[in-house]
Amino acid sequence: MRPFYTKFFLILGLFVVIGIIVPAWMRYLLTIALCKGIIASGVMLLLKCGLVSFGHALYSAAGAYAVALTVKHLGVREILIIIPVGVAAGILSAAVIGLIVSRYREIFFAMITMAFSMAFYGFLVKAYGLTGGTDGLRIPPPTLFGSALPEGYERFVLYILTLIFVALVAGILHKTERSPFGFLLQGIKGNEVRVSYLGIPVQRAVLRTFIISGCFAGLGGGLLAVNSGHIDPHLSYWTVSGEFVFISLLSGVGNLNFVFIGAILVEFIRSYAFSYVPYLWQMILGGIMLLIIIFSPGGLWQIYNSAADRLKPSLKDSNPGVKHNDS
Amino acid sequence: MDGVLIILMDGVFYAAYLYLVALGLTLIFGVMKILNIAHGSLYGFGAYTGASLVLFYSRQEFWPWGVYLVLIGSAVLVGIILGPIIERGIIRRFYREEVVVPLIATYALFLVLDDVMKLIFGTSPYFAYQPLNLAGNFSFGNISYPVYYLIFISVAVISGFLLWAVMNMTKFGRFVVAVMHDPEISNAMGIKLPRIYLATFTIGAIFAALGGAFTSPMTSVVPGLAVEVIVASFAVVVIGGLGSYSGAAIGALIVGIVRATAVHHFPVMELFMIYLVMAGILIIKPQGLFPIEEERRI
Repeated sequence: MRPFYTKFFLILGLFVVIGIIVPAWMRYLLTIALCKGIIASGVMLLLKCGLVSFGHALYSAAGAYAVALTVKHLGVREILIIIPVGVAAGILSAAVIGLIVSRYREIFFAMITMAFSMAFYGFLVKAYGLTGGTDGLRIPPPTLFGSALPEGYERFVLYILTLIFVALVAGILHKTERSPFGFLLQGIKGNEVRVSYLGIPVQRAVLRTFIISGCFAGLGGGLLAVNSGHIDPHLSYWTVSGEFVFISLLSGVGNLNFVFIGAILVEFIRSYAFSYVPYLWQMILGGIMLLIIIFSPGGLWQIYNSAADRLKPSLKDSNPGVKHNDS
Repeated sequence: MDGVLIILMDGVFYAAYLYLVALGLTLIFGVMKILNIAHGSLYGFGAYTGASLVLFYSRQEFWPWGVYLVLIGSAVLVGIILGPIIERGIIRRFYREEVVVPLIATYALFLVLDDVMKLIFGTSPYFAYQPLNLAGNFSFGNISYPVYYLIFISVAVISGFLLWAVMNMTKFGRFVVAVMHDPEISNAMGIKLPRIYLATFTIGAIFAALGGAFTSPMTSVVPGLAVEVIVASFAVVVIGGLGSYSGAAIGALIVGIVRATAVHHFPVMELFMIYLVMAGILIIKPQGLFPIEEERRI
């Protein structure tokens, strides 16, 4: 087996073991963090081509609400059906909005994605009959293969399911990063005009990236809904999108799969900060974010990389990590 | 007829409020090419400082009309204290970065400042209605409005005029315009960039704080008010074209009147009307209504 797969299955196994030994509340945090990691991986993909989406909460909220509405109105609780519905909602919303936003870059991209997510937030709050307004919607426990989850182990089964989806996403991210498409994204970030002079339709590539990221966001949102059992319009608020941007930034765009480590770190920092200094958790998050941007713009990946460099100089060449290198 | 008048009045009033905040935002973007999310926090600090100082001033047996000066004074105070700290401490590091990095950095700053605000002013609401009540009411057709609305609108108009005058009539203003168009050449001509940046950021901060201070008598000042204002003023600035003052005014009027119409006729639409208008205008004019021309980078 290639070294990536060895590492991949080792880490996956490690997560299963962690899921077995840690207390339930910690496993729950871990599950939520992984869901957010999936959503943030979409933001990260866009960051790779230099675009900041300050409205990715929309696509995850679309996924979450699609799941909740399917359960509520169609009575389908089968997890293997409702999660794909969430993914479809993410893809659909990202495709429609992507058609518009893929024309924009930089600030305008950030602002218009944010505008759409805030409009969606307004819709979710006001469409009381459909979405339950600010009360949100409850999602009853799902079924797997037509039968209820084993009693007492529901959370664990959901954790494992989430883990399977995470593994899927991680595999896709790993492949994408090393594919021509992945390099194209970096090219767009580096210099879009040159890329288009090479005969590549940049806008279409951006749209495709946007749809893929919407797909991840829908998946993450659907899983979030199933795992937390309750959703409300706040899922689409712009500060939530800001959190996803934060996760991707903390993780570093150099290696897309670091997004899961970043997500777990953020979730735990937040929970601990929230329980010990409830009025200061935002400050702690913001402070860490500023420190990262100023001192380690490549995020955790950069920290890991330089640590690995110091330990074993040969490790550096085995990872085609991207160094920040702008024109 | 009354209905139209009410909508116009409410719209213009809301526009004045947005304009004050958007003015600083667009000025800072024009000069430094940084979209400052933390601008909302400056607005929040303005509101809290204004409210606390007004409450303090009203307890003394001073000249009652002085509260308006207190509002202006608190805005200037917030601007000249926080502006330089933020610019020198944080923003300065990101002038050479690409556009998205400062965006994220100012978002982080916004999170930090939000909690600093809670630490300083606590979480209980402030009610500083003295300036509102002092001026009394006036009738406009059949409708009665607080005179304070007019004061507020004049503050916005005067601020816009002052900024225009400084930009067009003083040496400093010409320097700023030069830096806006080409920082490198203006630096080569002997303009001290850090000084210009510091000054513009402080002026922008004063405008944001002014918006906050003058809004505080009309609402209860509570935590989280910074979050609401920032997205709306983004919409204004983006509609008007980033970096353009007249654009900000037009954008504020559009958003203000659209919102007032929505509030009176389609209350369900209120929350997302602003964003729909913004998205609609950006679809037709991707750079906003009055964009600043930029050359292509190859």
